[in-house]
Amino acid sequence: MYISSSPHIRKDWNVKKIMYGVVIALMPAFIGSIYFFGWRAAYLTFLSVVTAVLTEYLFQKITKRKITAFDGSAIITGILLAFNIPVKSPWWLPVVGSFFAILVAKQFFGGLGYNIFNPALAGRAFVMASWPQIMTGRWSAPLHGSISGIDGITSATPLNLLKLHATDPAVLSRINSPEMLKNLFIGNVGGCIGETSALLLLIGAIFLFVMRYADWRISVGYIGTVFVVAWIFYLTGLTPAGPLFHILSGGVFLGGLFMATDMVTSPVTPAGRWIFGIAGGLICMLIRVWGGYPEGVSYSILFMNMFVPLLDRVRPKYLGEVKK
Amino acid sequence: MFKTFFEGIVKNNPVLVLAIGLCPTLAVSTSAFNALGMGAAVIFVLTFSNLIVSSFRKVIPDSLRIPIFIIVISTFVTIVDYVMKAYLPGLSKNLGVFVPLIVVNCIILGRAEGFAYKNPVGKAILDGLGSGIGFTLAIFIMGTIREILGQGTWMSIPGGFEGFKVLGQGFLNYPVLFMILPPGGFLVIAFLMGGMRYFEARRSA
Repeated sequence: MYISSSPHIRKDWNVKKIMYGVVIALMPAFIGSIYFFGWRAAYLTFLSVVTAVLTEYLFQKITKRKITAFDGSAIITGILLAFNIPVKSPWWLPVVGSFFAILVAKQFFGGLGYNIFNPALAGRAFVMASWPQIMTGRWSAPLHGSISGIDGITSATPLNLLKLHATDPAVLSRINSPEMLKNLFIGNVGGCIGETSALLLLIGAIFLFVMRYADWRISVGYIGTVFVVAWIFYLTGLTPAGPLFHILSGGVFLGGLFMATDMVTSPVTPAGRWIFGIAGGLICMLIRVWGGYPEGVSYSILFMNMFVPLLDRVRPKYLGEVKK
Repeated sequence: MFKTFFEGIVKNNPVLVLAIGLCPTLAVSTSAFNALGMGAAVIFVLTFSNLIVSSFRKVIPDSLRIPIFIIVISTFVTIVDYVMKAYLPGLSKNLGVFVPLIVVNCIILGRAEGFAYKNPVGKAILDGLGSGIGFTLAIFIMGTIREILGQGTWMSIPGGFEGFKVLGQGFLNYPVLFMILPPGGFLVIAFLMGGMRYFEARRSA
Protein backbone atom coordinates (compact mmCIF):
# COMPACT_ATOMS: atom_id res chain seq x y z
CA MET A 1 0.00 0.00 0.00
CA TYR A 2 1.21 3.42 -0.86
CA ILE A 3 0.92 5.89 2.00
CA SER A 4 1.55 9.59 1.58
CA SER A 5 1.06 12.61 3.79
CA SER A 6 -1.83 15.04 3.35
CA PRO A 7 -3.36 16.60 1.29
CA HIS A 8 -5.13 13.47 0.07
CA ILE A 9 -7.67 15.11 -2.19
CA ARG A 10 -6.03 16.22 -5.38
CA LYS A 11 -7.34 18.14 -8.34
CA ASP A 12 -5.80 18.19 -11.74
CA TRP A 13 -5.55 21.96 -11.59
CA ASN A 14 -2.70 23.88 -13.07
CA VAL A 15 -2.12 27.46 -14.09
CA LYS A 16 -2.78 26.77 -17.74
CA LYS A 17 -6.08 25.03 -17.14
CA ILE A 18 -7.40 27.76 -14.86
CA MET A 19 -6.23 30.58 -17.09
CA TYR A 20 -7.74 29.13 -20.25
CA GLY A 21 -10.90 28.49 -18.23
CA VAL A 22 -11.08 32.20 -17.52
CA VAL A 23 -10.45 32.99 -21.18
CA ILE A 24 -13.40 30.76 -22.11
CA ALA A 25 -15.51 32.49 -19.47
CA LEU A 26 -14.74 35.84 -21.07
CA MET A 27 -15.87 34.67 -24.51
CA PRO A 28 -19.63 35.39 -24.17
CA ALA A 29 -18.87 39.00 -23.29
CA PHE A 30 -16.33 39.18 -26.12
CA ILE A 31 -18.81 37.95 -28.69
CA GLY A 32 -21.37 40.32 -27.22
CA SER A 33 -18.95 43.23 -27.61
CA ILE A 34 -18.67 42.49 -31.34
CA TYR A 35 -22.45 42.41 -31.58
CA PHE A 36 -22.82 45.71 -29.72
CA PHE A 37 -19.85 47.69 -30.99
CA GLY A 38 -18.85 46.04 -34.25
CA TRP A 39 -15.62 44.46 -35.46
CA ARG A 40 -13.49 47.24 -34.07
CA ALA A 41 -14.06 45.77 -30.61
CA ALA A 42 -12.51 42.49 -31.78
CA TYR A 43 -9.67 44.33 -33.49
CA LEU A 44 -8.74 46.28 -30.33
CA THR A 45 -9.02 43.16 -28.17
CA PHE A 46 -6.80 41.27 -30.60
CA LEU A 47 -4.14 44.02 -30.52
CA SER A 48 -4.25 44.09 -26.75
CA VAL A 49 -3.86 40.32 -26.39
CA VAL A 50 -1.04 40.12 -28.92
CA THR A 51 0.84 42.94 -27.19
CA ALA A 52 0.37 41.34 -23.77
CA VAL A 53 1.66 37.94 -24.84
CA LEU A 54 4.49 39.41 -26.91
CA THR A 55 5.62 41.69 -24.09
CA GLU A 56 5.68 38.82 -21.64
CA TYR A 57 7.52 36.59 -24.08
CA LEU A 58 10.15 39.18 -24.96
CA PHE A 59 10.73 40.16 -21.33
CA GLN A 60 11.24 36.56 -20.30
CA LYS A 61 13.45 35.92 -23.31
CA ILE A 62 15.64 38.97 -22.74
CA THR A 63 16.02 38.40 -19.00
CA LYS A 64 16.57 34.67 -19.62
CA ARG A 65 13.66 33.55 -17.46
CA LYS A 66 11.41 30.57 -17.97
CA ILE A 67 9.00 31.39 -20.79
CA THR A 68 5.50 31.32 -19.38
CA ALA A 69 4.01 33.78 -21.85
CA PHE A 70 1.62 31.18 -23.23
CA ASP A 71 0.08 30.01 -19.97
CA GLY A 72 -2.99 32.12 -20.67
CA SER A 73 -2.54 34.71 -17.94
CA ALA A 74 -1.22 37.31 -20.38
CA ILE A 75 -4.16 36.60 -22.68
CA ILE A 76 -6.55 37.34 -19.80
CA THR A 77 -4.76 40.59 -19.03
CA GLY A 78 -4.97 41.54 -22.70
CA ILE A 79 -8.68 40.77 -22.95
CA LEU A 80 -9.55 42.52 -19.69
CA LEU A 81 -7.58 45.61 -20.65
CA ALA A 82 -9.34 45.84 -24.00
CA PHE A 83 -12.67 45.35 -22.22
CA ASN A 84 -11.82 48.45 -20.20
CA ILE A 85 -11.37 50.95 -23.01
CA PRO A 86 -13.94 52.64 -25.25
CA VAL A 87 -14.36 51.26 -28.74
CA LYS A 88 -13.42 54.57 -30.32
CA SER A 89 -9.92 54.44 -28.83
CA PRO A 90 -7.04 54.76 -31.30
CA TRP A 91 -5.27 51.48 -32.03
CA TRP A 92 -2.22 52.33 -29.96
CA LEU A 93 -4.18 52.74 -26.73
CA PRO A 94 -4.68 49.02 -25.99
CA VAL A 95 -1.12 48.38 -27.17
CA VAL A 96 0.42 50.87 -24.75
CA GLY A 97 -1.93 49.83 -21.95
CA SER A 98 -1.16 46.13 -22.36
CA PHE A 99 2.54 46.82 -22.56
CA PHE A 100 2.44 48.78 -19.32
CA ALA A 101 0.21 46.21 -17.63
CA ILE A 102 2.48 43.27 -18.41
CA LEU A 103 5.87 44.95 -18.15
CA VAL A 104 5.46 47.25 -15.17
CA ALA A 105 2.54 45.88 -13.18
CA LYS A 106 3.32 42.20 -13.69
CA GLN A 107 6.87 41.33 -14.76
CA PHE A 108 8.70 43.98 -12.76
CA PHE A 109 7.02 42.69 -9.64
CA GLY A 110 8.21 39.17 -10.40
CA GLY A 111 5.69 37.79 -12.86
CA LEU A 112 2.57 35.73 -12.34
CA GLY A 113 1.83 35.19 -8.67
CA TYR A 114 3.95 38.05 -7.40
CA ASN A 115 2.14 41.07 -8.79
CA ILE A 116 0.44 43.23 -6.16
CA PHE A 117 -2.01 44.89 -8.52
CA ASN A 118 -4.26 43.35 -11.09
CA PRO A 119 -2.21 44.02 -14.25
CA ALA A 120 -5.20 44.85 -16.44
CA LEU A 121 -6.48 47.39 -13.93
CA ALA A 122 -3.03 48.91 -13.49
CA GLY A 123 -2.87 49.22 -17.28
CA ARG A 124 -6.27 50.86 -17.31
CA ALA A 125 -5.25 53.28 -14.56
CA PHE A 126 -2.19 54.16 -16.64
CA VAL A 127 -4.10 54.93 -19.83
CA MET A 128 -6.82 56.66 -17.82
CA ALA A 129 -4.29 59.02 -16.21
CA SER A 130 -2.46 59.59 -19.49
CA TRP A 131 -5.30 60.07 -21.96
CA PRO A 132 -8.41 61.02 -20.02
CA GLN A 133 -9.87 62.73 -23.11
CA ILE A 134 -9.96 59.38 -24.94
CA MET A 135 -10.99 57.29 -21.96
CA THR A 136 -13.89 59.44 -20.82
CA GLY A 137 -14.86 61.65 -23.74
CA ARG A 138 -15.35 59.36 -26.70
CA TRP A 139 -18.28 57.11 -26.10
CA SER A 140 -20.09 55.57 -28.98
CA ALA A 141 -23.57 54.12 -29.11
CA PRO A 142 -24.04 50.38 -29.53
CA LEU A 143 -25.06 49.45 -33.07
CA HIS A 144 -28.62 48.69 -32.05
CA GLY A 145 -29.29 51.24 -29.32
CA SER A 146 -28.36 54.58 -27.82
CA ILE A 147 -25.45 55.59 -25.63
CA SER A 148 -27.55 56.33 -22.61
CA GLY A 149 -29.82 53.33 -22.87
CA ILE A 150 -32.83 55.63 -23.13
CA ASP A 151 -34.36 56.63 -26.45
CA GLY A 152 -33.82 60.25 -27.33
CA ILE A 153 -30.91 60.90 -24.99
CA THR A 154 -27.68 60.47 -26.88
CA SER A 155 -25.31 62.68 -24.96
CA ALA A 156 -23.88 60.43 -22.29
CA THR A 157 -23.40 56.93 -20.95
CA PRO A 158 -25.72 55.90 -18.12
CA LEU A 159 -23.17 56.75 -15.47
CA ASN A 160 -22.30 60.09 -17.04
CA LEU A 161 -26.00 60.80 -17.17
CA LEU A 162 -26.12 60.16 -13.45
CA LYS A 163 -23.07 62.30 -12.72
CA LEU A 164 -23.69 65.23 -15.05
CA HIS A 165 -27.42 65.42 -15.72
CA ALA A 166 -28.87 64.05 -12.50
CA THR A 167 -31.07 67.09 -11.96
CA ASP A 168 -32.67 67.00 -15.43
CA PRO A 169 -36.31 65.89 -14.95
CA ALA A 170 -36.33 64.09 -18.30
CA VAL A 171 -33.46 61.96 -17.06
CA LEU A 172 -34.76 61.53 -13.52
CA SER A 173 -38.09 60.16 -14.61
CA ARG A 174 -36.52 57.45 -16.74
CA ILE A 175 -33.30 56.51 -15.03
CA ASN A 176 -34.95 53.67 -13.12
CA SER A 177 -37.36 52.74 -15.91
CA PRO A 178 -37.64 49.09 -17.01
CA GLU A 179 -36.43 50.15 -20.47
CA MET A 180 -33.20 51.51 -18.97
CA LEU A 181 -32.63 48.51 -16.72
CA LYS A 182 -33.29 46.08 -19.56
CA ASN A 183 -30.78 47.79 -21.81
CA LEU A 184 -28.23 47.85 -18.99
CA PHE A 185 -28.74 44.17 -18.26
CA ILE A 186 -28.39 43.11 -21.87
CA GLY A 187 -25.59 45.56 -22.55
CA ASN A 188 -27.25 47.75 -25.14
CA VAL A 189 -25.69 50.97 -23.82
CA GLY A 190 -22.55 52.98 -24.41
CA GLY A 191 -19.49 52.08 -22.38
CA CYS A 192 -16.17 50.32 -22.48
CA ILE A 193 -15.88 47.41 -24.90
CA GLY A 194 -16.58 44.51 -22.57
CA GLU A 195 -18.26 46.01 -19.56
CA THR A 196 -21.73 46.78 -20.82
CA SER A 197 -23.46 43.42 -20.80
CA ALA A 198 -24.18 42.20 -17.28
CA LEU A 199 -25.96 39.16 -18.70
CA LEU A 200 -23.08 37.84 -20.81
CA LEU A 201 -20.52 38.51 -18.09
CA LEU A 202 -22.71 36.63 -15.64
CA ILE A 203 -22.94 33.61 -17.95
CA GLY A 204 -19.15 33.44 -18.09
CA ALA A 205 -18.78 33.97 -14.37
CA ILE A 206 -21.21 31.20 -13.47
CA PHE A 207 -18.97 28.86 -15.44
CA LEU A 208 -16.03 30.07 -13.34
CA PHE A 209 -17.91 29.58 -10.09
CA VAL A 210 -19.03 26.08 -11.06
CA MET A 211 -15.48 25.13 -12.02
CA ARG A 212 -14.32 26.93 -8.85
CA TYR A 213 -11.78 28.96 -10.81
CA ALA A 214 -13.07 32.08 -9.08
CA ASP A 215 -14.56 32.54 -5.64
CA TRP A 216 -18.21 33.61 -5.58
CA ARG A 217 -17.68 35.18 -2.16
CA ILE A 218 -15.71 38.08 -3.61
CA SER A 219 -18.23 38.69 -6.38
CA VAL A 220 -21.27 38.39 -4.14
CA GLY A 221 -19.59 40.58 -1.54
CA TYR A 222 -18.67 43.20 -4.12
CA ILE A 223 -21.84 43.38 -6.17
CA GLY A 224 -24.03 42.81 -3.11
CA THR A 225 -22.41 45.71 -1.29
CA VAL A 226 -22.86 48.00 -4.28
CA PHE A 227 -26.51 46.95 -4.31
CA VAL A 228 -27.11 47.50 -0.59
CA VAL A 229 -25.18 50.76 -0.37
CA ALA A 230 -26.88 52.08 -3.52
CA TRP A 231 -30.22 51.16 -2.01
CA ILE A 232 -29.45 53.06 1.20
CA PHE A 233 -28.18 56.05 -0.80
CA TYR A 234 -31.26 55.90 -3.02
CA LEU A 235 -33.64 55.87 -0.09
CA THR A 236 -31.79 58.73 1.60
CA GLY A 237 -31.74 60.72 -1.63
CA LEU A 238 -27.98 60.75 -2.11
CA THR A 239 -28.28 59.24 -5.57
CA PRO A 240 -31.29 59.43 -7.89
CA ALA A 241 -30.59 55.97 -9.33
CA GLY A 242 -31.82 52.82 -7.72
CA PRO A 243 -29.73 49.82 -6.65
CA LEU A 244 -30.42 47.87 -9.85
CA PHE A 245 -29.19 50.75 -11.97
CA HIS A 246 -26.01 50.92 -9.91
CA ILE A 247 -25.07 47.26 -10.13
CA LEU A 248 -25.91 46.95 -13.83
CA SER A 249 -24.24 50.14 -15.06
CA GLY A 250 -20.56 50.75 -15.63
CA GLY A 251 -18.05 48.08 -14.78
CA VAL A 252 -19.51 46.58 -11.61
CA PHE A 253 -20.12 43.18 -13.19
CA LEU A 254 -16.87 43.10 -15.14
CA GLY A 255 -14.89 44.24 -12.10
CA GLY A 256 -16.76 42.27 -9.47
CA LEU A 257 -16.87 39.02 -11.44
CA PHE A 258 -13.59 38.97 -13.31
CA MET A 259 -11.11 41.45 -11.92
CA ALA A 260 -11.67 41.38 -8.16
CA THR A 261 -11.60 37.57 -8.31
CA ASP A 262 -8.14 37.37 -9.88
CA MET A 263 -6.47 34.64 -7.82
CA VAL A 264 -3.16 36.42 -7.51
CA THR A 265 -4.45 39.75 -6.29
CA SER A 266 -7.21 38.63 -3.93
CA PRO A 267 -6.99 37.18 -0.40
CA VAL A 268 -6.73 33.42 0.16
CA THR A 269 -9.07 32.89 3.10
CA PRO A 270 -12.88 32.97 2.84
CA ALA A 271 -13.13 35.62 5.58
CA GLY A 272 -10.51 37.75 3.85
CA ARG A 273 -12.39 37.40 0.58
CA TRP A 274 -15.64 38.59 2.11
CA ILE A 275 -13.91 41.66 3.55
CA PHE A 276 -12.15 42.25 0.22
CA GLY A 277 -15.38 42.18 -1.77
CA ILE A 278 -17.47 44.19 0.65
CA ALA A 279 -14.90 46.92 1.20
CA GLY A 280 -14.32 47.13 -2.56
CA GLY A 281 -18.04 47.59 -3.24
CA LEU A 282 -18.26 50.26 -0.59
CA ILE A 283 -15.34 52.23 -2.04
CA CYS A 284 -16.85 51.95 -5.50
CA MET A 285 -20.10 53.53 -4.29
CA LEU A 286 -18.25 56.25 -2.40
CA ILE A 287 -16.39 57.19 -5.59
CA ARG A 288 -19.56 57.13 -7.66
CA VAL A 289 -21.49 59.37 -5.30
CA TRP A 290 -18.85 61.74 -3.97
CA GLY A 291 -15.83 61.23 -6.24
CA GLY A 292 -14.76 63.20 -9.27
CA TYR A 293 -15.16 60.25 -11.64
CA PRO A 294 -18.52 58.83 -12.71
CA GLU A 295 -17.17 55.31 -12.22
CA GLY A 296 -15.19 53.87 -9.31
CA VAL A 297 -14.89 50.15 -10.00
CA SER A 298 -11.30 50.03 -11.21
CA TYR A 299 -9.90 52.25 -8.47
CA SER A 300 -11.85 50.44 -5.76
CA ILE A 301 -10.33 47.11 -6.80
CA LEU A 302 -6.82 48.54 -7.17
CA PHE A 303 -7.24 50.08 -3.73
CA MET A 304 -8.26 46.79 -2.18
CA ASN A 305 -5.41 44.98 -3.97
CA MET A 306 -3.07 46.87 -1.67
CA PHE A 307 -4.72 45.35 1.38
CA VAL A 308 -4.44 41.76 0.25
CA PRO A 309 -1.27 40.95 2.27
CA LEU A 310 -3.03 42.37 5.31
CA LEU A 311 -6.28 40.50 4.63
CA ASP A 312 -4.32 37.27 4.27
CA ARG A 313 -3.70 37.49 8.01
CA VAL A 314 -7.43 37.11 8.60
CA ARG A 315 -7.38 33.35 8.90
CA PRO A 316 -9.19 30.57 10.67
CA LYS A 317 -7.71 29.17 13.84
CA TYR A 318 -5.13 26.48 13.20
CA LEU A 319 -6.18 23.07 14.43
CA GLY A 320 -4.62 22.45 17.80
CA GLU A 321 -3.53 26.06 18.16
CA VAL A 322 -2.84 27.02 21.76
CA LYS A 323 -3.93 30.43 22.93
CA LYS A 324 -0.93 32.40 24.08
CA MET B 1 40.76 64.90 -2.41
CA PHE B 2 38.79 64.67 -5.63
CA LYS B 3 37.44 61.33 -4.56
CA THR B 4 35.13 63.29 -2.24
CA PHE B 5 33.88 65.23 -5.21
CA PHE B 6 33.10 62.31 -7.47
CA GLU B 7 31.68 60.16 -4.70
CA GLY B 8 28.71 62.50 -4.39
CA ILE B 9 28.00 62.25 -8.10
CA VAL B 10 27.95 58.53 -8.72
CA LYS B 11 28.78 56.16 -5.88
CA ASN B 12 26.90 58.09 -3.21
CA ASN B 13 24.46 59.90 -5.44
CA PRO B 14 22.07 61.41 -2.90
CA VAL B 15 18.91 60.68 -4.86
CA LEU B 16 19.60 57.49 -6.76
CA VAL B 17 21.77 55.63 -4.23
CA LEU B 18 21.12 57.11 -0.79
CA ALA B 19 17.46 57.81 -1.61
CA ILE B 20 17.40 61.09 0.30
CA GLY B 21 15.91 64.40 -0.84
CA LEU B 22 13.18 62.56 -2.70
CA CYS B 23 10.44 65.07 -1.96
CA PRO B 24 11.73 67.90 -4.19
CA THR B 25 13.05 65.35 -6.68
CA LEU B 26 9.61 63.88 -7.27
CA ALA B 27 7.75 67.16 -7.05
CA VAL B 28 9.65 69.49 -9.35
CA SER B 29 11.05 67.07 -11.91
CA THR B 30 8.03 67.60 -14.14
CA SER B 31 10.14 69.54 -16.63
CA ALA B 32 13.83 69.68 -17.41
CA PHE B 33 14.07 73.42 -16.86
CA ASN B 34 12.40 73.28 -13.45
CA ALA B 35 14.73 70.48 -12.49
CA LEU B 36 17.76 72.47 -13.57
CA GLY B 37 16.60 75.49 -11.57
CA MET B 38 16.03 73.37 -8.49
CA GLY B 39 19.41 71.72 -8.96
CA ALA B 40 21.22 75.06 -9.23
CA ALA B 41 19.51 76.29 -6.06
CA VAL B 42 20.54 73.17 -4.18
CA ILE B 43 24.15 73.30 -5.41
CA PHE B 44 24.42 76.90 -4.20
CA VAL B 45 22.88 76.28 -0.79
CA LEU B 46 24.70 73.01 -0.24
CA THR B 47 28.14 74.36 -1.11
CA PHE B 48 27.85 77.48 1.02
CA SER B 49 26.23 75.80 4.00
CA ASN B 50 28.96 73.16 3.92
CA LEU B 51 31.56 75.96 3.77
CA ILE B 52 30.12 77.81 6.77
CA VAL B 53 29.41 74.73 8.86
CA SER B 54 32.87 73.36 8.21
CA SER B 55 34.66 76.61 9.04
CA PHE B 56 32.80 76.99 12.33
CA ARG B 57 32.80 73.29 13.20
CA LYS B 58 35.16 73.78 16.16
CA VAL B 59 32.99 76.44 17.83
CA ILE B 60 29.55 74.94 17.20
CA PRO B 61 28.49 73.17 20.42
CA ASP B 62 27.45 69.59 19.90
CA SER B 63 24.11 69.91 21.65
CA LEU B 64 23.03 72.90 19.56
CA ARG B 65 24.37 71.85 16.18
CA ILE B 66 21.10 71.03 14.42
CA PRO B 67 19.40 74.41 15.08
CA ILE B 68 22.60 76.15 14.05
CA PHE B 69 22.79 74.16 10.80
CA ILE B 70 19.20 75.09 10.07
CA ILE B 71 19.89 78.79 10.61
CA VAL B 72 22.91 78.65 8.30
CA ILE B 73 20.99 76.74 5.65
CA SER B 74 17.92 78.96 5.83
CA THR B 75 20.09 82.04 5.37
CA PHE B 76 21.26 80.75 1.99
CA VAL B 77 17.83 79.51 1.06
CA THR B 78 16.44 82.98 1.68
CA ILE B 79 19.09 84.44 -0.62
CA VAL B 80 18.21 81.95 -3.36
CA ASP B 81 14.50 82.54 -2.87
CA TYR B 82 14.74 86.31 -3.24
CA VAL B 83 17.21 86.22 -6.14
CA MET B 84 14.96 83.77 -7.97
CA LYS B 85 11.86 85.86 -7.32
CA ALA B 86 13.60 88.97 -8.65
CA TYR B 87 15.29 87.59 -11.75
CA LEU B 88 13.45 84.39 -12.67
CA PRO B 89 9.86 84.97 -11.53
CA GLY B 90 8.50 82.27 -13.86
CA LEU B 91 10.79 79.61 -12.47
CA SER B 92 10.14 80.79 -8.94
CA LYS B 93 6.42 80.43 -9.48
CA ASN B 94 6.85 76.93 -10.91
CA LEU B 95 9.01 75.69 -8.06
CA GLY B 96 6.70 77.33 -5.55
CA VAL B 97 6.97 76.08 -2.01
CA PHE B 98 9.83 73.75 -2.86
CA VAL B 99 12.38 76.57 -2.79
CA PRO B 100 11.73 77.50 0.86
CA LEU B 101 11.52 73.79 1.60
CA ILE B 102 15.20 73.39 0.67
CA VAL B 103 15.75 74.40 4.32
CA VAL B 104 14.60 70.99 5.46
CA ASN B 105 16.04 69.10 2.47
CA CYS B 106 17.70 66.08 3.99
CA ILE B 107 20.58 66.12 1.49
CA ILE B 108 21.76 69.47 2.79
CA LEU B 109 21.23 68.74 6.46
CA GLY B 110 22.67 65.27 5.93
CA ARG B 111 25.88 66.61 4.35
CA ALA B 112 26.24 69.26 7.05
CA GLU B 113 25.78 66.74 9.84
CA GLY B 114 27.53 63.79 8.25
CA PHE B 115 30.40 65.45 6.44
CA ALA B 116 30.99 69.18 6.85
CA TYR B 117 30.81 69.06 10.65
CA LYS B 118 33.71 66.60 10.74
CA ASN B 119 35.91 67.63 7.82
CA PRO B 120 38.15 70.56 6.83
CA VAL B 121 36.79 73.41 4.69
CA GLY B 122 38.31 72.41 1.32
CA LYS B 123 36.93 68.90 1.49
CA ALA B 124 33.56 70.17 2.68
CA ILE B 125 33.23 72.50 -0.31
CA LEU B 126 34.10 69.70 -2.73
CA ASP B 127 31.64 67.41 -1.01
CA GLY B 128 28.93 70.06 -1.26
CA LEU B 129 29.64 70.61 -4.96
CA GLY B 130 29.77 66.87 -5.67
CA SER B 131 26.55 66.02 -3.85
CA GLY B 132 24.85 69.05 -5.35
CA ILE B 133 25.87 68.07 -8.87
CA GLY B 134 24.82 64.48 -8.18
CA PHE B 135 21.40 65.72 -7.09
CA THR B 136 21.16 68.03 -10.11
CA LEU B 137 22.08 65.25 -12.52
CA ALA B 138 19.51 62.88 -11.08
CA ILE B 139 16.71 65.43 -11.04
CA PHE B 140 17.65 66.73 -14.51
CA ILE B 141 17.57 63.24 -16.01
CA MET B 142 14.18 62.68 -14.38
CA GLY B 143 12.92 66.05 -15.58
CA THR B 144 14.10 65.28 -19.11
CA ILE B 145 12.40 61.88 -19.25
CA ARG B 146 9.18 63.13 -17.68
CA GLU B 147 8.94 66.26 -19.80
CA ILE B 148 9.68 64.52 -23.09
CA LEU B 149 7.18 61.73 -22.45
CA GLY B 150 4.61 63.72 -20.54
CA GLN B 151 4.58 66.86 -22.61
CA GLY B 152 6.45 66.08 -25.80
CA THR B 153 8.90 68.95 -25.35
CA TRP B 154 12.31 69.39 -23.81
CA MET B 155 13.67 72.40 -21.93
CA SER B 156 10.53 74.48 -22.26
CA ILE B 157 10.74 77.63 -20.17
CA PRO B 158 7.63 79.08 -18.55
CA GLY B 159 6.67 82.24 -20.38
CA GLY B 160 9.59 81.97 -22.83
CA PHE B 161 11.10 79.29 -25.02
CA GLU B 162 8.49 76.69 -25.81
CA GLY B 163 10.97 73.86 -25.86
CA PHE B 164 12.44 71.46 -28.40
CA LYS B 165 9.68 69.35 -29.88
CA VAL B 166 11.49 66.09 -29.59
CA LEU B 167 8.78 63.62 -30.46
CA GLY B 168 6.81 65.27 -33.25
CA GLN B 169 3.30 66.62 -33.59
CA GLY B 170 1.40 63.33 -33.40
CA PHE B 171 2.88 62.78 -29.99
CA LEU B 172 2.21 66.34 -28.86
CA ASN B 173 -1.51 65.73 -29.37
CA TYR B 174 -1.51 62.72 -27.07
CA PRO B 175 1.38 63.01 -24.60
CA VAL B 176 1.68 60.45 -21.82
CA LEU B 177 0.17 62.71 -19.13
CA PHE B 178 0.82 59.99 -16.57
CA MET B 179 4.51 60.92 -16.66
CA ILE B 180 4.05 64.43 -15.33
CA LEU B 181 1.59 63.29 -12.69
CA PRO B 182 2.98 62.14 -9.31
CA PRO B 183 2.84 58.39 -10.08
CA GLY B 184 4.97 59.02 -13.16
CA GLY B 185 7.63 60.53 -10.90
CA PHE B 186 7.72 57.42 -8.77
CA LEU B 187 7.86 55.22 -11.84
CA VAL B 188 10.78 57.09 -13.41
CA ILE B 189 12.78 57.21 -10.18
CA ALA B 190 12.21 53.48 -9.73
CA PHE B 191 13.60 52.85 -13.21
CA LEU B 192 16.64 55.06 -12.57
CA MET B 193 17.39 53.47 -9.18
CA GLY B 194 16.98 50.01 -10.68
CA GLY B 195 19.30 50.88 -13.56
CA MET B 196 21.85 52.37 -11.17
CA ARG B 197 21.89 49.20 -9.06
CA TYR B 198 22.08 47.01 -12.12
CA PHE B 199 25.19 48.74 -13.43
CA GLU B 200 26.72 48.92 -9.97
CA ALA B 201 26.25 45.18 -9.56
CA ARG B 202 27.70 44.52 -12.99
CA ARG B 203 30.75 46.68 -12.39
CA SER B 204 31.61 45.09 -9.06
CA ALA B 205 30.94 41.57 -10.29
